[in-house]
Amino acid sequence: MRSTRAIDISTGLFVLLGFAAILFMVTQITNRGFSLRSDSYRLLAAFENIGGLKPGAPVSMAGVTIGRVEDIQYDMKLYKAIVTMRISDKYRAIPNDSDASIYTAGLLGGQYIGLTPGGSDVPYKDGEQVIMANDAIVLENLISKYLFNSAATKSGESAAAAAPAAQE
Amino acid sequence: MNAILRDFVQSFLAFLERVGLLVRFALRLAVILPSALMRPRPIIEQVYNTGAMSLVIIMTCGLFIGMVLGMQGYDLLTRFGSEEYLGTATAVSLLRELGPVVTALLFAGRAGTALAAELGLMRATDQIAAMEIMAVDPMRRVVLPRFLGGVIAMPLLVSIFIVVGLFGAQLVGVELFGVDSGSFWSQMRSSVELGDIREGLVKGVVFGVACSLIAVYEGYNAMPTAEGVGRATTRTVVISAVVTLILDYILTALML
Amino acid sequence: MDSGKIVFSGLDIEIGRGAVTAIMGPSGTGKTTLLKLITGQVGADRGQVVVDGHDVARLNRKQIYALRRRMGMLFQNGALLTDLDVFENVAFPLREHTRLPERLIRTIVLTKLHAVGLRGAASLYPQQLSGGMGRRVALARAIVMDPEILIYDEPFAGLDPISMGVVLRLIRSLNDALGITSIVVTHDVREISQIADMSFIIAEGKVVASGTTAELRDHPSPIVHQFVDGLADGPVPFHYPAAEYHEQLLGGKVFA
Repeated sequence: MRSTRAIDISTGLFVLLGFAAILFMVTQITNRGFSLRSDSYRLLAAFENIGGLKPGAPVSMAGVTIGRVEDIQYDMKLYKAIVTMRISDKYRAIPNDSDASIYTAGLLGGQYIGLTPGGSDVPYKDGEQVIMANDAIVLENLISKYLFNSAATKSGESAAAAAPAAQE
Repeated sequence: MNAILRDFVQSFLAFLERVGLLVRFALRLAVILPSALMRPRPIIEQVYNTGAMSLVIIMTCGLFIGMVLGMQGYDLLTRFGSEEYLGTATAVSLLRELGPVVTALLFAGRAGTALAAELGLMRATDQIAAMEIMAVDPMRRVVLPRFLGGVIAMPLLVSIFIVVGLFGAQLVGVELFGVDSGSFWSQMRSSVELGDIREGLVKGVVFGVACSLIAVYEGYNAMPTAEGVGRATTRTVVISAVVTLILDYILTALML
Repeated sequence: MDSGKIVFSGLDIEIGRGAVTAIMGPSGTGKTTLLKLITGQVGADRGQVVVDGHDVARLNRKQIYALRRRMGMLFQNGALLTDLDVFENVAFPLREHTRLPERLIRTIVLTKLHAVGLRGAASLYPQQLSGGMGRRVALARAIVMDPEILIYDEPFAGLDPISMGVVLRLIRSLNDALGITSIVVTHDVREISQIADMSFIIAEGKVVASGTTAELRDHPSPIVHQFVDGLADGPVPFHYPAAEYHEQLLGGKVFA
């Protein structure tokens, strides 16, 4: 037989633990609440076209995942998509002239952002915008471009058509 | 042939009678509910008995289920090259399914049997009859606090189970298999919705009501013998498990 | 009761106010059922049970509880609440039914415990008590609300001779000191005949004999003779009804 005080204390502990668990679920598992984890920082990038990029997509360097796409907004002044990336604190020292590109994993896989390091000694700071952003390669555009090119070749203007193809 | 049919009808009628008795029992509890809330002391004691006493087993099982989920999930997800979804996968399966169901089954085995045995023993040793003679309503004094204790404890146990399970999955996925910790949590955060949590908690409350009701009903109506008490505890576990899984299907279908 | 068996038919007992009345009979004659009828735990199919002018079967739940507050009952095995210590067990009816200050409750409980000689055991738990002590604590609990009627269900069963003597003396002295009406159900003829003012012997659903101790001893009925003197064979046969012994042994048919 325990004393009532011991029962009260353990009951209180149990209830507190339960509510702490609920609080944890609501704030830490969903993106509704605030985040207790500050071991990451943000980078911004402005793209003309993000293709099928979604929040949660990986951000990688040389194939190693270093962060996530946190948020995607359309900026009505720039007429560009502003992508917010959350990068793990382990990768603090990304040169501030690195550029970002949107790639596709496999032929039909999900899209992700790849960062290519530049040569600067100064790293990006939290909330800074990536200087150069290469757009997503949209499959439909590629195909129509190819069709247009082959049609142009047939009509004898092959030299003119070769120039834009090389640019891609 | 006729005899088989009669047997079937008989057992069906017996089943209906049990359901009817259970409903009457539940209604009686509902009627005296307000008066019981005026005396929180016995309820607190029962939250301790059902909740705090089940904490160790709930946390242990939660940890291991989470670790298994982490391992299985990792193995499955690497086949598609998408281990970063491990957090999402474990969180959703824990929140919506495994958390409430496994907690309810453990609750039936740990707290439910204890409740049924305690009440059955009180019945067998005339303690319930003694209360009636002393003009104390045992439903009010003994049954209702135990029922309420279970109802309060269950959603809290479910939440604790889920959170411990998540850390178990994180332990295996991140520490053992090297899934990126940031992507584990951030991926989870971006795809888990409040609705998933709500589903888990609603299931926790419903299972809590069902399992506690079955335990106190079986214990209170146990035959006043040693064998009757044993049978009441067995019935508690079996009926709770079956009812939990049936309710789980119904609730999942409703909330999908 | 539930089996549809008739326990009593044509039973007629009148219990005098302020006296010790013994109700005796062989095992299985429904003595406990008789007590349940008096306390309103079961209702009679026919006939009536009148306690202090109230027909028990016609009272509603509230009135029965009001009536029970004027009764005390000592159960066969004490029926102490196992999760409370001796003091709290005795205080239980007071706490449930009154709003007395703690000091007064303490005084009353200690007085009653002193009356049964167990004031020193106040802090023990029921499982730490011997059978005789448990029954005395239960007796203290039964008298804590100063009942007008005190009912004893097999108060001597399983007690050693010393405890038996103690309980015997307590029944008589409580009856005389508090002016209680005592009803003792037992089959310990020798013991109860020392203190009973009036005795009834029940067998096969009806009263077979009644009177004072001396009257019963000289009763002409063979069943009373058998019961009072404790003979193995008589109107209540030693053998359960069966086929003829030699037929069954030789004939090979086991179940006639």
